[in-house]
Amino acid sequence: MSIDVVLCVPSCEGPVRKAFEVTGVTPAIAASARLNEIAALEPTDGFSGAVINAAALPFSDAMSLCRQLRQRERGVGPIILLLDHYQLDDLTFREDLFDDFVVGPYDVSELATRLRHRLRRAGNDSVAPRIEHAELSMNLETYQASIAGRVMDLTYMEYELLRFLATNPNRVFTRATLLSRVWGYEYYGGARTVDVHVRRLRAKLGEEYAHLIQTVRSVGYKFGTQAEFTE
Amino acid sequence: MSRMQSQAQYVLRTVEERGVRFVQLWFTDVLGRHKAFHVTPAELEDALDQGMTFDGSAIDGFSRTTESDLLARPDLTTFQLLPWYEPDEGVARVFCDIVNIDGSPFDGCPRQQLRRVLDNARAQGYTFFVAPEMEFFYFTDLDPYAGPVPIDRGSYFDLSPDDTASQLRRQTVLTLEEMGIGVEHAQHEDAPGQHEIDLRYTDALTMADTVMSLRHVVKELARQYGVAASFMPKPLIGVQGSGMHTHLSLWRDEKNAFIGEHTYGLSDLAAKFIAGLLKHAPEITAVTNQWVNSYKRLVPGSEAPVGVEWAHYDAGALVRVPSVKPGRIDSTRVEYRAPDSAANPYLAFAVILAAGLRGVMGNYELPKEGKRTATLPQSLSEALNLMEKSTLMHETLGSHLVEWFLRNKRAEWDGYRSQVTPFELERYLPLL
Repeated sequence: MSIDVVLCVPSCEGPVRKAFEVTGVTPAIAASARLNEIAALEPTDGFSGAVINAAALPFSDAMSLCRQLRQRERGVGPIILLLDHYQLDDLTFREDLFDDFVVGPYDVSELATRLRHRLRRAGNDSVAPRIEHAELSMNLETYQASIAGRVMDLTYMEYELLRFLATNPNRVFTRATLLSRVWGYEYYGGARTVDVHVRRLRAKLGEEYAHLIQTVRSVGYKFGTQAEFTE
Repeated sequence: MSRMQSQAQYVLRTVEERGVRFVQLWFTDVLGRHKAFHVTPAELEDALDQGMTFDGSAIDGFSRTTESDLLARPDLTTFQLLPWYEPDEGVARVFCDIVNIDGSPFDGCPRQQLRRVLDNARAQGYTFFVAPEMEFFYFTDLDPYAGPVPIDRGSYFDLSPDDTASQLRRQTVLTLEEMGIGVEHAQHEDAPGQHEIDLRYTDALTMADTVMSLRHVVKELARQYGVAASFMPKPLIGVQGSGMHTHLSLWRDEKNAFIGEHTYGLSDLAAKFIAGLLKHAPEITAVTNQWVNSYKRLVPGSEAPVGVEWAHYDAGALVRVPSVKPGRIDSTRVEYRAPDSAANPYLAFAVILAAGLRGVMGNYELPKEGKRTATLPQSLSEALNLMEKSTLMHETLGSHLVEWFLRNKRAEWDGYRSQVTPFELERYLPLL
């Protein structure tokens, strides 16, 4: 059985060190949130998890590190945040960046329990909800959409329209349905607004992928690949 | 979560995920000039939540006697990354409405003026679509003393070897498309250095925002290529100026309400709308053609309208009814040819729509094709006098804005008429 190595940023002292000892995992301590320093510590079969002390780092650095770890090709396992109480508010809308958190002053047995629990569950952890369709990928937690690996710069309504269509592939929606389901509020332009947004989305998808949104003559639009269109 | 909150969340999260360093809060003054605040991501949440307070007296058309503090309130649906910045120093923009401190709409905000006219049309069941053709020049620089030098010598539809101007125009179109701005086509125009980008229709508010974006993108990319772009209505003597021919259609119950049984496939409503445009054209010209220089474009023989008349083909007509391609009946529209590309698009679209709707409400009768019923004002001064007397303009734009506009523009006119021009020196000095 291999030994779990858990990344620990920026230090591993006091109750945190104790929790590691109790759990029986090895800390790999990176003094800074720099990714190359972290990579140098990485064992060959990777980290099993990460404990990031957001109370001991500038908060934005801690968040940015979490994001970078999430975006790495190679995962780091569950991320546990250590926080000061006043930082709790800042977690809003960043829930996807970490798996668990502990508020200081740290209780050794609580931290150890969470660490063990998270490591045990690792592997069947839920990842951020995504829509994957052919070359299109949408991360519903970060609101980022990419096509063939290229990130798309979408406005809010473009994003919402694409999400709605891609969530229901190969279903045909009338303009009126799209208006009420996606817009559903004050806007100018009636059903042609949908046409305008589809046109914009196709432009942003680029020529090669514009066909992902198909016009169904005298009905409306549907999302799907060409192959599915012929069946 | 409310719609506003989820929009704000989308914006804040995108700023964070994409490493955006600055967000530009864009707005427009009464003369259509592009203004911006630059906020850092740290300040953004507050700006989205409460708007940005600023001193309105510093901005043309925003000044008032009583109190001058105003609020710029971002319209989150317009949040967009600007594609010409490097990914690691991302910059995004969002358009703002200007409101009073108590949150009520501010009269001097062109965006809200247009909104008001559009709301009015919507109350009557109409949606207004516009598609402008934007003309402009590429010059080597914009030194007013050296005079403008076009960067190419091409002409209408010329397919020239891949010169700077063609590359630049192509790059501009690609950038616009990346920003979600639909371009119908782009071409070399008649005059040397003159180019045209035709935009695909949208609702009028989106289009006015788009015109502001386009002018910014065209100028920014020209700068990157070491040249300069100008939307001045008539920069060169003897060749045509830069217009903003604007294609218009009204929709009702999701149908193009301009389609009908009349000549050229127009409806009764379209006929009345055109009649309204023609009747009120002289009084709205101060807004669609707002500079001293605008009237140098509106002269005979330069494909710009001079008289008030409508036609199917005549490129010199004020209102044209373009041919509709077979099977494309939904593209039935009318084209209003007076505006120039240096107009304030918000106010221009507002007064054009108001004029057309007057014709519809008042059951105006359409004059015969090609019959000249009036002439357009020949100078800014004449246009301002017509605007001042116009009930339509006061009702559409509100007296605060009209009065300020007249005051500002009369000062411009006074500055102009006290000049002694090269024309006068050449003609009179040796002779008189």
